Amino acid sequence: MAVLLMAEINDGHLSMDATAKAVTAAQALGDVTILAVGSKAAEAGKEAATIEGVAKVLVAEDARYGHRLAEPTAALIASLADDYDHIAAPATTDAKNILPRVAAMLDVMILTDVTAVVDADTFERPIYAGNAVQTVKSKDPKKVLTIRTSTFDAAGTGGSASVEEIAAVDDPGLSEWVEDKLAESDRPELTSAGIVVSGGRGIGSEENFAVIEKLADKLGAAVGASRAAVDSGFAPNDWQVGQTGKVVAPDLYIAVGISGAIQHLAGMKDSKVIVAINKDEEAPIFQVADYGLVGDLFEVIPELTEKL
Amino acid sequence: MKVLVPVKRVIDYNVKVRVKADGTGVDLANVKMSMNPFDEIAVEEAIRLKEAGKAEEVVAVSIGVKQAQETLRTALAMGADRAILIVAADDVHQDIEPLAVAKLLKAVIDEEQPGLVIGGKQAIDNDLNATGQMLAALTGWAQATNANTLDIDGDHAVVAREVDGGLQTIKVKMPAIVTTDLRLNEPRYASLPNIMKAKKKPLEEKTPEDYGVDVGPRLEVVKTAEPPERAAGEMVADVDTLVAKLKEKGVV
Ligand SMILES: Cc1cc2nc3c(=O)[nH]c(=O)nc-3n(C[C@H](O)[C@H](O)[C@H](O)COP(=O)(O)OP(=O)(O)OC[C@H]3O[C@@H](n4cnc5c(N)ncnc54)[C@H](O)[C@@H]3O)c2cc1C
Ligand SMILES: Nc1ncnc2c1ncn2[C@@H]1O[C@H](COP(=O)(O)O)[C@@H](O)[C@H]1O
Repeated sequence: MAVLLMAEINDGHLSMDATAKAVTAAQALGDVTILAVGSKAAEAGKEAATIEGVAKVLVAEDARYGHRLAEPTAALIASLADDYDHIAAPATTDAKNILPRVAAMLDVMILTDVTAVVDADTFERPIYAGNAVQTVKSKDPKKVLTIRTSTFDAAGTGGSASVEEIAAVDDPGLSEWVEDKLAESDRPELTSAGIVVSGGRGIGSEENFAVIEKLADKLGAAVGASRAAVDSGFAPNDWQVGQTGKVVAPDLYIAVGISGAIQHLAGMKDSKVIVAINKDEEAPIFQVADYGLVGDLFEVIPELTEKL
Repeated sequence: MKVLVPVKRVIDYNVKVRVKADGTGVDLANVKMSMNPFDEIAVEEAIRLKEAGKAEEVVAVSIGVKQAQETLRTALAMGADRAILIVAADDVHQDIEPLAVAKLLKAVIDEEQPGLVIGGKQAIDNDLNATGQMLAALTGWAQATNANTLDIDGDHAVVAREVDGGLQTIKVKMPAIVTTDLRLNEPRYASLPNIMKAKKKPLEEKTPEDYGVDVGPRLEVVKTAEPPERAAGEMVADVDTLVAKLKEKGVV
């Protein structure tokens, strides 16, 4: 069996963590060919060729794949589909945008956020905000899936797969990129960080988030947020952790001023150690926390930052 | 311009979900059902386009059990003009897959010729996040998913999308498929007079056969299980104890 795996590439840079974790899942399905697509993708393709277990890398570097708009990227993947039984990608916003389009072009269903590969046709995925885990068996001739990276270990590096350039296909020309407003940060990336410190509505304001950021910086952690904190404008959208935001599973997750709604838990309950700090002892977050501390975050967090 | 808004009837987001003991699925009998929250945002956005004079008509469509009438009545009470219900299941536990939903929506689009479709990014029951993108493939239209802002500019739509790194703005040719993210707007509540008025708005009933679409599932549900439970933790009295525990665990 052969698998085509779209590597996660942003602005020419390979996201090694997401891609290598998806490789682990894909290896269970067959020989893995990586597709490196973008306006700059050759370097990322070369780097992806070092991931252990990768058989081959295809590089599609062309201006029309800049910012990986869904229509041209899906058209490219669909044009390659004949040679593969599975088409996969780490479940990033890019892949969630592109792969369902590919699946419909191939007249097959999509499997999103796969958390376990049972066999070539059978997969596990969470539903209802992680309140249930469904095992589904696909009857389609080809499987198109996105892989939830937080549940797989990254494949190692040291491999040296062959790299082949492939031609671009026609761009339907339906959309154009206008601009990106991306947060610049020296902090680790949220989905691959070993430690995440998240703030909720309890933080109260954008300025107050500095309390969270100081603790994060002390720990070399990424910063996350609840939906309420994002909706209130305290934190940018890309910090949202949860059912409809990012899914994280760091070694340590510190939830501060977050009540613990099921939609938030969906994005962090697989963290190895969870710490909750909340002034309300009844807050549901304490039910999933390994260590809970009842207190005012504006007293607790500065003290914690100092003592760590 | 006509705007088509697909709305799904799902378990209310506040309800505690229970997995059925026999592992066949989640118990949906006698639980509170509501419009998928992302679809409320979609209806709101469509109505705002109408209020701004950029759309003439808002048509809500739902696919599922007969009871999805209620969901459509909610859309009508919020301000949609008319509704189409495609009755494709008779058991509330039967979920119609995004590919089949997209095929039905494509058939509705062929008849209705909307200039824009606004749907939700994700249904909070199956958590698939796929229908809009699939519909865009079947229609061959542009797609703009995870919309944070939407501006119609002549024959184009400019959409800021919520992506992993922040916001990405794209300009798509109309007709197009847009899916909503949480920050696009805050949906209104239907007022009592509008709920009354909605009862008189047209709600047409169809079946998949009317459109010649096979809604048979491609995915067989083998089993539905409870997620692994976390072992109970402990409460600590102060910061010093917390620091000591974390050091002991070796996580800091
Ligand atoms: C369709 C949909 C999708 C959603 N997706 C997500 C998602 O992806 N991620 C997500 O997080 N949510 C999501 N939600 C929202 C979710 O239901 C909750 O509303 C949200 O998580 C609540 O955020 P919060 O805990 O910060 O706020 P609240 O529930 O308001 O909790 C704030 C907490 O802060 C505590 N607090 C206040 N002041 C202090 C203080 N000084 N010191 C200590 N503690 C303090 C309070 O005791 C309280 O427990 C979604 C909801 C819907 C409907
Ligand atoms: N059965 C349905 N009826 C109407 N709209 C639906 C249905 N299923 C999905 N949709 C639309 O597609 C969006 C995404 O759903 P999904 O792809 O299932 O996560 C929803 O927010 C709705 O706008």
